[in-house]
Amino acid sequence: MALGKVTRRRFLVRSAIPAIAAGIGIGVPRLNAVAQAASSVSIVPASGPGAVPVTLNVNGTEHAMRIEPRVTLLDALREQLGLTGTKKGCDQGQCGACTVLVDGRRVNACLTLAIAAEGKKVTTVEGLASDGKLHPVQAAFLEYDAFQCGYCTPGQICSAVGLIAEGRTRSDAEIREFMSGNICRCGAYTNIVAAVKAAAGHA
Amino acid sequence: MRPFAYARAQSADAAIAAMAQDARAAFLAGGTNIVDLIKLDVAQPGTLIDIGALPLAAIEVATDGSVRIGALARMSDTADHTAVRSGAPCVAMALNLSASAQLRNMASIGGNVLQRTRCVYFRDVTQPCNKRQPGSGCSAIGGDDRKMAIFGANDRCIAVNPSDFSVAMLTTDATIHLRGPAGERTTPFLGFQRLPDDPALDTNIVRGELITAISFMPTALTRNSTYLKVRDRASYEFALVSVAAALDVRNGTIHDARVALGGVAHAPWRARAAEAALIGKPAVRATFAAAADAELRAAKPQRLNGFKVVMAKNAMVRALGTLGGAA
Ligand SMILES: Cc1cc2nc3c(=O)[nH]c(=O)nc-3n(C[C@H](O)[C@H](O)[C@H](O)COP(=O)(O)OP(=O)(O)OC[C@H]3O[C@@H](n4cnc5c(N)ncnc54)[C@H](O)[C@@H]3O)c2cc1C
Ligand code: SF4
Ligand code: FES
Ligand code: FES
Repeated sequence: MALGKVTRRRFLVRSAIPAIAAGIGIGVPRLNAVAQAASSVSIVPASGPGAVPVTLNVNGTEHAMRIEPRVTLLDALREQLGLTGTKKGCDQGQCGACTVLVDGRRVNACLTLAIAAEGKKVTTVEGLASDGKLHPVQAAFLEYDAFQCGYCTPGQICSAVGLIAEGRTRSDAEIREFMSGNICRCGAYTNIVAAVKAAAGHA
Repeated sequence: MRPFAYARAQSADAAIAAMAQDARAAFLAGGTNIVDLIKLDVAQPGTLIDIGALPLAAIEVATDGSVRIGALARMSDTADHTAVRSGAPCVAMALNLSASAQLRNMASIGGNVLQRTRCVYFRDVTQPCNKRQPGSGCSAIGGDDRKMAIFGANDRCIAVNPSDFSVAMLTTDATIHLRGPAGERTTPFLGFQRLPDDPALDTNIVRGELITAISFMPTALTRNSTYLKVRDRASYEFALVSVAAALDVRNGTIHDARVALGGVAHAPWRARAAEAALIGKPAVRATFAAAADAELRAAKPQRLNGFKVVMAKNAMVRALGTLGGAA
């Protein structure tokens, strides 16, 4: 399975090369036109639609990648970097399973273009633990049994880390309202609120 | 998802120039609406021009006291800003009752005003829709019209505008600041979003124009305002009906009033009949009920949304009651 994946990824990377060439073919005339029209103003050249070089900083590591502009941060994390902790639920901003932190703020990776995240610091659930120690929110989710199937959990945890940084944990009602962007089909909400409260130091 | 090119604009003029070069180019701000619509194949841009790096995110109080919200200010930062919270509380409330914390961290104020309708047929490219495909018909008419308009609709489109922020902004005399190929212009917020005379047009923006800011002047009226949103679930959901209300009450009498409704029309709905019925009257429940009746008298519900008329009335009375008298 893992081997199959690597092979497929290699294949994709190789087969992207003609696409890049095609991308330049389409992109350059447009770019020149823009540059002419905007003679006094500068615009970063239009890139794509084929794969283009993009450097993503994920969990403190810079990754030099080739990504088509249409690829979401969620797909880049999962399909290209193999960071499958971040989950795809709805792919439409409606469930929160894909929540990650960008420059410390929680966002939906499914509606973020990977190319637009260049130059920013992305933190996924894989990047929360440090020195082999779970992040306090991760530990609290375990302690308070804040999940059943676990599918929404990475998103819930990243969202809770963002929530605590925002200081939105003054009451159960506030936690519920400001965690409402994370749907849990198993309905583990009661324990999620307890875990978030504990992690925020209000237990 | 169809392929598209991408360019990151380093200046507003560069962004505007780039738009002129590709008839199918579109701006990318937070992406929470346009990326979604691209996935659904409703939007098919040739190039996305990322305006995220432009210096348009500041929220500032000018020397004359007016509040200027940069078009790229995030919904979350705008809701948290003291000038917004004190100058127009209903705007901060409307923002915090919108979408989710994650989406509000991404989504910009400019994008919020320009977001497209959530009509399910508009978002489903297999269905006829006059807004998406002019002349194809309206699937909502005679279809599932439960969430549709009760004011200002016609036989071509009965969709509603989904923006809570826009409804709240109608309690202020807000101004939209734009910059385009022809230079800069300002336009009143009221009327920027259109009724569906031409369903393809949501607003009066000219193609290639960039919204740079939205400004308003805090007054005694705008400082005493509230937002009430009624929806199918308690949070993370668009409005069935919402009310933004502002009252300036002096010695128990309503000196000035602003009321706007959301979830009821193709544009946020300024409730002028209600306002007229409030001004000069005592700030009591009977006045609020009479004002709500005055407004809703003109409502034309669809087959499945007669409930919105009652809901809007009750929501208006409740919202006004929290501002100026016993509810
Ligand atoms: C699940 C979900 C729930 C939601 N719930 C709510 C809700 O309850 N209430 C509510 O009000 N909204 C809600 N929204 C909508 C959300 O608030 C909007 O999608 C968001 O505000 C759009 O802003 P953006 O910066 O992401 O815009 P983008 O998606 O980047 O852009 C939207 C459009 O505006 C154009 N544009 C953006 N900025 C400018 C500019 N400065 N000048 C000119 N053109 C520009 C773009 O080209 C595009 O056409 C919800 C969205 C989702 C996905
Ligand atoms: S209501 Fe408007 S947006 Fe919805 S299907 Fe009809 S024309 Fe399209
Ligand atoms: S997968 Fe992103 S919100 Fe559901
Ligand atoms: S634990 Fe199963 S969806 Fe939340």
